[in-house]
Amino acid sequence: MLLSNIEIIPGRRVVKHLGLVQGSTVRAKHVGRDLMASIKNVFGGELKGYTELLEDSRSEAIERMTQQAQAIGANAILNIRFSTSSVAQGAAELFVYGTAVVLE
Amino acid sequence: MESLINILVVLTLLILGYGFGRYAERKHYRHIIAKEQELAHILVFPERIPPPHLAGSHSALVTGSVVISVDYFKRFIAALRMLIGGRLGSYESLLDRGRREAIIRVKQQAADMNAKAVFNLKLETASISKGQGNTIGSVEVLAYGTAMIDQVSS
Repeated sequence: MLLSNIEIIPGRRVVKHLGLVQGSTVRAKHVGRDLMASIKNVFGGELKGYTELLEDSRSEAIERMTQQAQAIGANAILNIRFSTSSVAQGAAELFVYGTAVVLE
Repeated sequence: MESLINILVVLTLLILGYGFGRYAERKHYRHIIAKEQELAHILVFPERIPPPHLAGSHSALVTGSVVISVDYFKRFIAALRMLIGGRLGSYESLLDRGRREAIIRVKQQAADMNAKAVFNLKLETASISKGQGNTIGSVEVLAYGTAMIDQVSS
């Protein structure tokens, strides 16, 4: 599965458009990490625990999108966009979407 | 007596935040500048379509993200500043550091794949946790784009 956030793949032609595919995940913060983060909030700097958590969640969202694309017979997803929104206090939704296509 | 303890706690947090926050920010900026120089050979563009001479025979999605927090002292100053309005210098440097760090991570990922350029770079900022009132606790900056990889070099 080829992933790209531009509309074309250099040197390859799109044979068929299969429409929008999407993947999302909602994650809450871990209590232990939350405690560490609140300590870190006094000193400032990178909250590594949260960075990792969001990276993991994002790859899960991509995984779900890829599965959806595979199910409809695509071999690439173009024009991918990410979005993050906080749903509730302490929970964030990571959403990813793109166009499923068949490349020759 | 109780209010005195409260004032002491806040003062301690302010001093800790000021000291460690300044140190952490300087250290982070040194790291950012060093990394930017190290990865200067990777070109990053916001353009959607790569010109033919930069288009690799292979492409892949690259992402970089960072969650970064402002220290207690700067948050306190920002809260005071919000009373009169105007430029919030402490949050400006926070977002600047976050963006540059996210772009560095994109470049690092591209460098690991032997790519020479990243196209259609998008940046997105989301506030992860809110502090007291409506002050920002920490922000997540995500950068992503498509890396152009040469088949020959990989």
